[in-house]
Amino acid sequence: MSIAVTTQIICFSILSLVVIVGALGVILLESIVYSAFLLGGVFMSVAGLYLLLNASFVAAAQVLVYVGAVNVLIIFAIMLVNKKEDLKPIENIKSRKIISTSICLTLLSLLIRVDLSNIWGLSDPSSSIGEESTIRIGEHLFSDYLLPFEVASVLLLMAMIGAIVLARRDVMNKDISTGLPVDQELIEKPSEPLLIKKN
Amino acid sequence: MNLESIPLQAFLIVSSILFCIGIWGLLNSRNAVRVLMSIELMLNAVNINLMAFSSYVDNNLIQGQVFTIFVITVAAAEAAVGLAILLSLYRNRVTVDMESFNLLKW
Repeated sequence: MSIAVTTQIICFSILSLVVIVGALGVILLESIVYSAFLLGGVFMSVAGLYLLLNASFVAAAQVLVYVGAVNVLIIFAIMLVNKKEDLKPIENIKSRKIISTSICLTLLSLLIRVDLSNIWGLSDPSSSIGEESTIRIGEHLFSDYLLPFEVASVLLLMAMIGAIVLARRDVMNKDISTGLPVDQELIEKPSEPLLIKKN
Repeated sequence: MNLESIPLQAFLIVSSILFCIGIWGLLNSRNAVRVLMSIELMLNAVNINLMAFSSYVDNNLIQGQVFTIFVITVAAAEAAVGLAILLSLYRNRVTVDMESFNLLKW
């Protein structure tokens, strides 16, 4: 991709601004639905940053997996658990907020100091493979990263089965009062909220 | 593309800020869904880091991009399992407030 330098800088500034403001919105907005949609915007802008770094394949994967799968999953979860509830006030929330904010700011200053003070061993820009990155990723995935690639498929299978097992509802196969088998599917057990009165 | 125009440090700073925002959200949210979103933000910050290093430091072998693909894979699996755990938690406790998930607290 050959774009003029000014255009690159403008694109980078806009994209990073969207990333940071969107991320702040994700954690600060009151409504969780707005947060979910802003999160989609953040993912898209991160994909734009990847495009600026000449990585079209990873940008496409980011859009497909994050925006298309993870974000949709989060929105589904919000729809399933979206109940208005008044959160119990917790004591010393002020001091908690102050401590966590100071921890984050300290970590941020540390990271930025490392970013700026370290001398990174930049490689020669002329050796860049640029647009060929997709070919190189394919070569990596089928030669030196073959084992992680295969293990990733097992991991995805395990995650799929695990998610099904965890989120499955228990189904009754007998009527409680008569003892006869129930032919309707998916009658739910009367869900007694477990463990709720414990505290 | 001549990458000299944008310094590497700019990408690193953006990813540092994103990571810290993610940590702040992780520590301070009371909604469990928002905690998962913060984890996704932190994973994206790490991905930006890996991609920047792969373009600037390792621009011929681009192993960072392969790593990013694996991180995206693991993040998808993590989101699926995390949201399933969240659903079964919600079914048992009828709340998504992180403060009420304290069964294992000492």
